[in-house]
Amino acid sequence: MAFNSKDTAAFKGVWVFCEQRDGVILGTGYQLLSEGRKLADDLGAELCGVLLGSGVNEEFAKALGGYGADKVYICDHPLLKDYTTDAYTKVLCDLVEEKKPEVFLVGASNIGRDLAPRVAARLQTGLTADCTHLDVDVEKYKAFLKTTSTIDVDNTKFENATNLKMTRPAFGGHLMATIVCPEYRPQMATVRPGVMQTQPFNDATAAKTVLEKVNVQLSEDDIHVNLVEIQKSAKKMVDLIGADVVVAVGRGISSNPTRGLEIAEELANVLGGVVGASRAIVDAGLLGMDHQVGQTGKTVHPKIYVALGISGAIQHLSGMQDSECIIAVNKNGSAPIFDVATYGITGDLFKVGPMLTEAIAKYKSSKN
Amino acid sequence: MKIIVCVKQVPDTSGVVAVKEDGTMDRAAMSTISNPDDMNALEAALQIKDANKDVKVLVLSMGPPPTESMLRECLAMGADEAYLVSSREFGGADSYATSSTLAAAIRKIGVEKGDVVMCGRQAIDGDTAQVGPQIAEKLDLPQVTYVTGIDYSNGKLTIRRELEDGFMTIEVETPCVLTCIKELNEPRYMSVSGIMECYSKPYQVWDFNALSDDPTIKVELVGLKGSPTQVYKSFSPPVKGAGTMLEGADKATCEQLISILGDKHII
Repeated sequence: MAFNSKDTAAFKGVWVFCEQRDGVILGTGYQLLSEGRKLADDLGAELCGVLLGSGVNEEFAKALGGYGADKVYICDHPLLKDYTTDAYTKVLCDLVEEKKPEVFLVGASNIGRDLAPRVAARLQTGLTADCTHLDVDVEKYKAFLKTTSTIDVDNTKFENATNLKMTRPAFGGHLMATIVCPEYRPQMATVRPGVMQTQPFNDATAAKTVLEKVNVQLSEDDIHVNLVEIQKSAKKMVDLIGADVVVAVGRGISSNPTRGLEIAEELANVLGGVVGASRAIVDAGLLGMDHQVGQTGKTVHPKIYVALGISGAIQHLSGMQDSECIIAVNKNGSAPIFDVATYGITGDLFKVGPMLTEAIAKYKSSKN
Repeated sequence: MKIIVCVKQVPDTSGVVAVKEDGTMDRAAMSTISNPDDMNALEAALQIKDANKDVKVLVLSMGPPPTESMLRECLAMGADEAYLVSSREFGGADSYATSSTLAAAIRKIGVEKGDVVMCGRQAIDGDTAQVGPQIAEKLDLPQVTYVTGIDYSNGKLTIRRELEDGFMTIEVETPCVLTCIKELNEPRYMSVSGIMECYSKPYQVWDFNALSDDPTIKVELVGLKGSPTQVYKSFSPPVKGAGTMLEGADKATCEQLISILGDKHII
C-alpha cells in the first residue's frame, strides 16, 4: 500500500534521529531520547532511536537504550559514512514509509536542519523548527502553560487530543507559539542542542534494547553531490553548554565592541566561565556562532549567567532563563532581561562590568 | 546560465516590535527590511554574474504587493529580472506551503542544466531554515545549505558548507539549490545607475491564476489551507518579576552583590 501521510491512525511510536559524526553520537541524540521517552510513555508507545552510518558500533547503538530507546534501527551502509542530504533523506524516508512513526524528533544541528526539512517535504508532512518544549498530554501542556504563559488556562478550552504540541519562540522571538500538525504524520520537530536535559544512563534499559538492522537500499546514483572533504576548524569552540558560568554580551557593547568584549572576558576569567553573546553580536560578526545563546543558538543552564547590555528578546531568554542565578546589567531599567534576572543593576556595563570583576577578585582574595 | 535568488521582505525584528491585542505581531506597524541572509544569496549570485558572461540573475519573492520595493532594490543592486508571487490564496502559508508555491513559480520560470537556485539560510521572522531545502525537494534538485564559499569555474560548482566545528567541501551537480549564510560575503549597495534602471527592468507579478497551470497550485494546497502545521496557541511569557533590583550602579552596589552571592555560596 502506498504511503499516505494523512492516514494518521496508521502511525505509532516516537522516533529520534541520533546523529553521529566520525562514529561518535552527538549529545543531542541522548537529550532527545530522554525527552522522547516521556512522550512515548504518555502515548503508551515505543521509543526508537535511528542511527545511520557505516560500520556502526553496536555498543554505541546499545547505549542509546540507556537513555530510553526500546529499539534502535541501525542503517549501516558505506554510503552513509559521512552525511549527504541525498543518502540520509532517502534512507530515513524509506524507513518512515515502512514503519510509520507518529512522532519524529531531529536535533537541530547544521546537519539536522538540512535533513529534517527535506525529509518532511518528501513525506508530505509538517515540521516545526527549533522547539523549546514538547508535549502530547493535554494536562501536562496545561501545567506547562500555567508556569510559562499569561493564558488563563482554567478558563480556556483545549482539544483533548494527543497531537504533539510543539512550542517555540515565534515572530523573531517576541512571542511564544505552540504549533500542531494534526492531519499529517509523522509529526516532526527539530530541537536545538542543550534544550532538553539528558536523563542519567540506565544500565537495565540498555540491556533490554532491541537492535534492528535495516536493509538499506542505496546506490551512488541516489547521491548528486560529491563530498570532497570534511575539515575540522582549527579554532577551539567555546563549550557554552558545559560551562558553569556564562558572561554574555549584547547590543549594549556596540558603542565600543572591543572594550565590551574585553570586559566580558575579564569577568568570565575571574568567575571561571566563558563568554556568550546575544544574536545581535554574532550577527554583527563580533563573535562566532559557537558563542550564541538563544533559540537560534544554544540553550544554557549555568550556575551563573551574567547578561551585559542584553535587552532580553524572548529568543534570547528562551536560551538562558533556566540558569540558576541570572545577573543582568543594562542601562535601560525596564529592559525585559530584568524580568528573568535574579539580580539586576541599572547601569552602564562599561562601568559596572569592571567593578564587578574587581569586587569578585577582592572577595576571592579575602577568602584565601 | 541563470541564477534564481529567492528573497523575502521581513519585519525588522531587531527594532521595536509592535504586538496586536490578539497577541500576534502587527506587521503593518513595523518597518520592513530585506532578509539579511537573502542579501548574501543575491550578492553571491551577482558575483558569479560579474565574473561570467551570459549569467542572468533573477529575483523571486512571495509576499504582499509592497514587497515590490525590496525587489526594486534587488534590481538596483544588479539583478536582471524580478518576479513577485502575490495572491490572497497564498497567505498564511507555513514553510511547506511556501516552498510549494515558490517551487511552482520556479518551474514556470524554468530551471535547466547549469542553473542555480539560491536562498538565504533562514528568514529572521521565522528562523526555520526550512524553505530552501523544501524548495529543493519539491523541484527534485540537490541542495547544499549553510554555504560559506562558492567556487564556480568551468561550469562546475564547488561549495564550502559550514559545520559547527569545521566545514565540508562539496561538489554539486546543477541545477541545484544553495542556501547562504552571512559569512559568505558582504552584500553590495545599490548603485546610482542601478537605481536609475531598476524601474525599467522586467518586473512581473504572478497571482494564483498565473500559476494555476501547475498541478501543485490548488486552493487546498497553498496558503493556510495547504499548510500541515497550524498555530495551536500563541502567548507571551509572564513577567517573573521575582528578582531583586539593586540600588545604584557603583562600586558599593557591585560589592554588595558579590557579598550576597558569596553568602549564598553561588560563588
